[in-house]
Formats: sequence, structure tokens, C-alpha cells
Amino acid sequence: MILDSKIPAGPIAEKWTKHKFNMKLVNPANKRKYDVIVVGTGLAGASAAASLAELGYNVKAFCFQDSPRRAHSIAAQGGINAAKNYQNDGDSIYRLFYDTVKGGDYRAREGNVYRLAEVSVNIIDQCVAQGVPFAREYGGLLANRSFGGAQVSRTFYARGQTGQQLLLGAYSALSRQVANGKVKLYPRTEMMDIVNVEGKTRGIITRNLITGAIEKHSAHAVLLCTGGYGNVFFLSTNAMGSNVTAAWRAHKKGALFANPCYTQIHPTCIPVSGDHQSKLTLMSESLRNDGRVWVPKTVELAQKLRKKEIKPSDIKDEDRDYYLERRYPSFGNLVPRDVASRNAKYVCDEGRGVNETGEAVFLDFRDAIQRDGEDLVRSKYGNLFDMYQQITGDNPYKQPMMIYPAVHYTMGGLWVDYNLMTNVPGLYALGEANFSDHGANRLGASALMQGLADGYFVIPYTIGDYLAGMPYDKVSTDHPEFQKAEKEIKDKIQKLLTINGSKTIDHFHKRLGKIMWEYCGMARTAEGLQKAKGMIKELKAEFWKDVKVIGTNDELNQSLEKAHRVADFIELGELMVDDALHRNESCGGHFREEYQTEDGEALRDDENFAYVGAWKFVGEGVEEELHKEELKFEEVKLTQRSYK
Amino acid sequence: MNLTLKIWRQKNHKDKGGFVDYKVSGISTDMSFLEMLDVLNEQLSEKGEDPVHFDHDCREGICGMCSLYINGHPHGPQQTTTCQLHMRSFADGDTITIEPWRAAGFPVMKDLITDRSAFDRIQQAGGYVSVNTGGVPDANEIPIPKLIADEAFDAATCIGCGACVAACKNASAMLFVSAKISQLALLPQGQVERKERAEKMVAQMDAEGFGACTNTGACSAECPKGISLTNIARMNREYFSAVVSSENT
Repeated sequence: MILDSKIPAGPIAEKWTKHKFNMKLVNPANKRKYDVIVVGTGLAGASAAASLAELGYNVKAFCFQDSPRRAHSIAAQGGINAAKNYQNDGDSIYRLFYDTVKGGDYRAREGNVYRLAEVSVNIIDQCVAQGVPFAREYGGLLANRSFGGAQVSRTFYARGQTGQQLLLGAYSALSRQVANGKVKLYPRTEMMDIVNVEGKTRGIITRNLITGAIEKHSAHAVLLCTGGYGNVFFLSTNAMGSNVTAAWRAHKKGALFANPCYTQIHPTCIPVSGDHQSKLTLMSESLRNDGRVWVPKTVELAQKLRKKEIKPSDIKDEDRDYYLERRYPSFGNLVPRDVASRNAKYVCDEGRGVNETGEAVFLDFRDAIQRDGEDLVRSKYGNLFDMYQQITGDNPYKQPMMIYPAVHYTMGGLWVDYNLMTNVPGLYALGEANFSDHGANRLGASALMQGLADGYFVIPYTIGDYLAGMPYDKVSTDHPEFQKAEKEIKDKIQKLLTINGSKTIDHFHKRLGKIMWEYCGMARTAEGLQKAKGMIKELKAEFWKDVKVIGTNDELNQSLEKAHRVADFIELGELMVDDALHRNESCGGHFREEYQTEDGEALRDDENFAYVGAWKFVGEGVEEELHKEELKFEEVKLTQRSYK
Repeated sequence: MNLTLKIWRQKNHKDKGGFVDYKVSGISTDMSFLEMLDVLNEQLSEKGEDPVHFDHDCREGICGMCSLYINGHPHGPQQTTTCQLHMRSFADGDTITIEPWRAAGFPVMKDLITDRSAFDRIQQAGGYVSVNTGGVPDANEIPIPKLIADEAFDAATCIGCGACVAACKNASAMLFVSAKISQLALLPQGQVERKERAEKMVAQMDAEGFGACTNTGACSAECPKGISLTNIARMNREYFSAVVSSENT
């Protein structure tokens, strides 16, 4: 299969402008003849649904939460990047583009990334116009902060709750369209499958999570804005309900899944405290602006800390190893996430971890508090400090925070072209659900930017180009393809409910998570991945023989909801391992121990792996087929990434 | 820790429901309250019994999905969301009573899960600035004094969980509604539709069956985000000034 990215020809700065002109338009009176389904109501979904409805399309928006406002974008803390250069510190669209391609370890598409940087400035304008209360200076203008992987201050923020404020902005725009009758909302509804008719996606099958009713919805196009798949690791910073089911089922209906092994391990999360743990909590990367990361220089001191014989403040400066500042003098504590995470792992592997489990490093605000005073630190990070204290019982104003890396974001996702369309006509993927803009590692404050760029400023243009070539006719939900998909889902539910085995769903999910973290987490080896492959196969067989799903379909049934999601995570886990195994190089979040430089940095193989690995489902129990989209770099020169 | 849990079980909206007692043991003080319930649910699932259904999602205190009326307080004894409540707030041997939000505007769907879609409908009535995507001025063309921006932000931190309604003896939703009205009334972007917004959101709030405010302040005291009672005062002012000068009567 030839994967055509459809990147427009011409100079990079003119591609999007020219493309917008060349695309076909749907005239305003005809837009109301087209129906569009949007699955997911996070930043990408809510902004897309609202914007398309404003244009005149009939939109149906679906989410599994009880309200669109609760999608997990809401938990994003630190900020959103935009190349406004309000700080006069040398930022530009080109620099944001360059930083993002470099930060992604040269595994992203140049054309997409440039467009992202280009529309970033419009996003801030849009959000402010909606009434999003960004942080401001005393003169009344917008404030910025700096973030990992960049040497300019281009991050806009709303205390430590930027995702919440942006999502509430998009949700308000969505609510307005619901009131106008242009969007019909389906909360507490989960997408179970897509329906393809004559090679085009023409609808979805859903389950009403209150009544269990299986419903069919027909449309001219379907947008999956369903987020990432970090919960394949069981423990992650994702919400409990975040899942891969929509994307995975689309994958099994023909959509290619690209770079599934690119997962981001976020360096600053609250460490795991025990087996009961259900999720991990992120401490915003913005903390690295003022917090200094360190461990003791010696294993002996670390052991004393673990036994609580000494306090962190007992350790003198000369006995502390500020290892990021030492190894990366120019970026210091603000190196990109993958680099910061790996270094935390190294110092803990050396035995210098600082908590009881030995898997934690310090993030220390002592110097910031001495320099700026506690009040200023509180005004910047107050809610994060409170959250930390709530969870751990420790006061971070007095003692340094303890942090450790955790799964946070997935750069991989459904393969899409420049128009955000998957290889299945009529099926689009936006936001974290697609793969296209972050390469092998995402920079901080870029997820919010991408979700809103896709929803507000890309899809409203590109979907018109597709719909303009579509007949107005609607496909009836009585069409045989709808009936077939409906029956398959009902059969699957029946199967899950009748296995009646001996082990709970969480039992399987936890085991899967441990395998993935151990062998497909921060560091991977061919040997480990081979082992994981066998283990997941066994786990899958056992799941379908021995899982216990309680209750019936015709009720609110959280066991059944979870069972679907975990079944899909297990299959995705297999593919992630295959992808990690085939990529014989290290890049960004994908670190293969066999491929590293002498000082432990990721060693890419541009000659053999400068491509997008997109996998095609070919049948149950059969290895998936790999298709490659070569990455062409015309602007940015590929170099060994250096933050020294 | 060993605990006795007195939990409201109700099969569906039509079922009458009632309390059921459960015992859990081996609970660590580091667990969150919801992780303690996870332990109970694993026990129930292993025995083939229906787990206790409750709403939860982000478990970081921001999505507003979790609820639970614990020992007579929404989100339990501390001013946080239930997901951020940790078992170190309880003692070994405690009996903990867990109920759903109780309000006419929030019908119980199953066990501890209620329907809070009334909040969405109030938002749809006017909780927005009517701007379409694109064609808006540069962000820095709308300067906003920092103190005003901060005050608007304080109102905007509402997570829409409904604890205010659950805490109020009248099941009033005024803290929730006033937070949104305040945010937009304070900001220049919200001025154009200021009157209409106050009228429409208040009308929808009343239509959903929420009660009136008698200024006891329980809502604000129990709000996990500390939304201030000042917002209700501001909403009343917004509403009355809108009504006396209204063109919609």
C-alpha cells in the first residue's frame, strides 16, 4: 500500500495557505445536507464539533463521560505553546516548527508541524475571545512561561489548570451549538465500532452506557477524537476511562495504526506508593522552571534517606548531584521529557533513588523559595503544591518533592494524511488519537496546541474538500453493513458476558500493564520484547477463557465497559511490542538499549528508520502488515539531538 | 485498617434502593478513597456480585466526575474531591456511610451514580461568549487588569461536580451557576451578552428544579475548589439589573 501523506508542494511557509485555496468548498446552503459524527469531546473533539456546527454541518457528538466537559484534556496542567513572540525573545513560527521537529527526534512530518506552528497563534486569539482566563501581567497583557525543549518563553497558561480552562472554553462553544440545535449530544455513550459502506466510513455503532442499548448512527464522515492509549500500561496519568477502543476498532476495520511504540514517559509524576495504586498523578513540567532535580552523590546517602535516618535538607550542596544541570548545562532542568525521564531511571538504577522503593528523585524548590519568596512560588504553583501534599501527606514548601517518570502521552495513533483523514475515506483522527505532529517525543505544552489546532483550524477546511465530492444521500441504518456491525458487537458482548471465568478484569489489566512497563516502557531490548510478545499472547488466550464479567448488557454495567476496553488494550499491547521490536534504533520515547551513544543518549538510524511505521490489521491471530511512509526533511537538517 | 462501609445500593432509576453493609480489611492509609472502593469492588467481583457503581475518571481532582456523599459531607470530610481524599483521614475500625448526591435535579441512575445533565443544559442556556471560530481580534488587543483576570479565574475553576447542590438543604445550584455568570460578567469579552446570559441561565436553573438560596453558605464551605459565596451575590446583582432593564419581558 502506498501511503500518500498529501503534503502540498511548494515552500514550507506557503503549503497550508495554498492548500486552503486549492481545496474544494461546500456552499453554505449545502452544508446542512451533511451529517458529521464526532467521537470524543476533549480539546480536539469539542473544538471540531463546535466549529463544524458553526459552519452549518449537522453534528452528533459522543462521549463516554456524563458530560463533554469531563474529557481528560481537562487534566492538562502546564500550558499551551504559541509562536506569538509576545516576549520579544526571538520566537517565531519557524522556531516553534524547528523546536517541535527536533524535540520529536526527527520522526514527525515537516509539513504538518509547520502548519501546527502556523495556526498556534490563532488558537490563543480564539481562546481569549471565548473568555478563557489566561494568566496576565499587571499591564493587562498575557503572561508566558518557558517549558522543556525550548529556550524561549512561548507557553500561555492559566495557573496549573490550563487544560481545564481551554476545555471549558471549547465546551462553551459546543454548548452554544447544542442550544442552536446544530449539535446533538450523546453523553454516557461509547463507540463500539465504525461502519464502512462501499469503502467509505458512513457511521458508527454505539452502546448507551445507561441502558445498554446498541444504537446505529449514520453520517457522511466520522471524526475520532478519542485521545491516547497510555492506559495500556494500567498505571498512567490518563483518566480511568481513557481507552483505545474507538481507535482500535477503527484499526480492525481498515485504518492503519502508526508508530504505536512511541509512548511518552513524563519525568515529573508522583512516585508509585503501593500495589493498590489505580493511577499516577502528574506534577506539571512547568515546575522544572523553578525546581531543581537532584539525587545524593552517593548510594550510602540514598540508603540513609530511604531508611529515614536523614532528611533531604540534611544533605549538603556538595553531596548533591544536580544531574540534569551537570549533564546538560545549556538546557539544565528544562531538557525534553524523554531525556529527563531516562536520566531519572539511570540514577535510580545506580541505587541513588530517594524513597522507600528506590524509584524517586527530588524536585527541590528550596532555592526558588529563597530567591523569590514563598508567596511568589505559591502564586505560580499553589494548586500543584496542594495536590502533592494531598496525595503524599508531605509539604513541598518544607521538603523537596519526590518524583518519578510515568506513562503520560502516546505519540503513536491512527495514521492520517495532511488532511487528518485516515487511509479509510471519510474517517478522520484528530488530537492525540492521530500520530502526525509529535514524532517520537512530544514537547511540553504541545498537546493542547495540537488538539485545538486540529479541531478549530484544520478540520473545518479539510473536511469540506472531502464532503464536496460526496452525494447528499444518507445511508440508512438498516443497510446490511450496519446490521452486520451491530450483530458483531452484540455477539462480542454476549461472549464476554458468558465466559464466566475466575479472574476479574482488573486482574488482566494489571498483568498487561506490568508486562508493558517492564519490557516496552522506558528502556526496551529485543530480548525483552520477544519475551513480552509471548507473555501477551498467553494473557490474551487466558482472558478469553477465564475472565469474569459481572451482570447483563441491559443495564449500567461498569464491568462490561471495562472488559471491552481491556480486551482491546491486550491486542494493542501485542502491536506495540511488534512495533518496538522492528524499530532497530532509539528515537525520542522509544529507547532500545542496544542503540545508544557512548554517553547513553538515543542513537537514531536515519538511513533505515526515517519513516512512519503504519500497521495494517489483516486478520485475527495473524501478524499485522507493516507499511512505510518515508519522512522527507527539506527544511530541518537531521542531527544528533543535543541539549548540552 | 479495617472498615465497615454502609453503602447506598440501587439497581436503577426506578428501584427504591437501600443501604448495604460491607467489610473491607487491609486498607492502607496511602490509598485514596476511591482506591479503597476499588478494593471492595475487586472482592465483590471475585465473588460474582455486582460491584458498587460510582462515577470517577481523572482521579486528579479536576474532571468533576467523582461525587459521593461521605459521612454527611459531599466529597467527605475534607474540602477536596473524593478522588483526592485519602484514607489517612479515617481511623481503623471506622464505619463510613456512602450515599449518592441527593437532589431532585440529580436523579440516581444506579448505586452512587446520578444524572447531572441539568448542569449541561444550564450551560447551554447562556454560559458562553457567542464568537465563532476565526475572525477574532489578537489576544493582546483585549487587555484585562490582572486582578480582574484573577478574580474571573477563581470563578472559572468550578469543576461542575455538583457538591454545592448536594451540600445545600434546598438543593440550590446557585454557586455553580453564579461561578459561570461571574467569570463572564467580570471579563470584557462577556459584556455584550451579559444581561441575556444572567436571565437565561437563571431561568434554566429554575426549570431544572433546583431550589433557592437561603445564604447558609454550605455550598461554598463544601466546594472542593473553594468557589466563593461572593459569586452568588454578584449573580443576584447581575440578574436583578438584567430583569429591571430587560427587553425580554
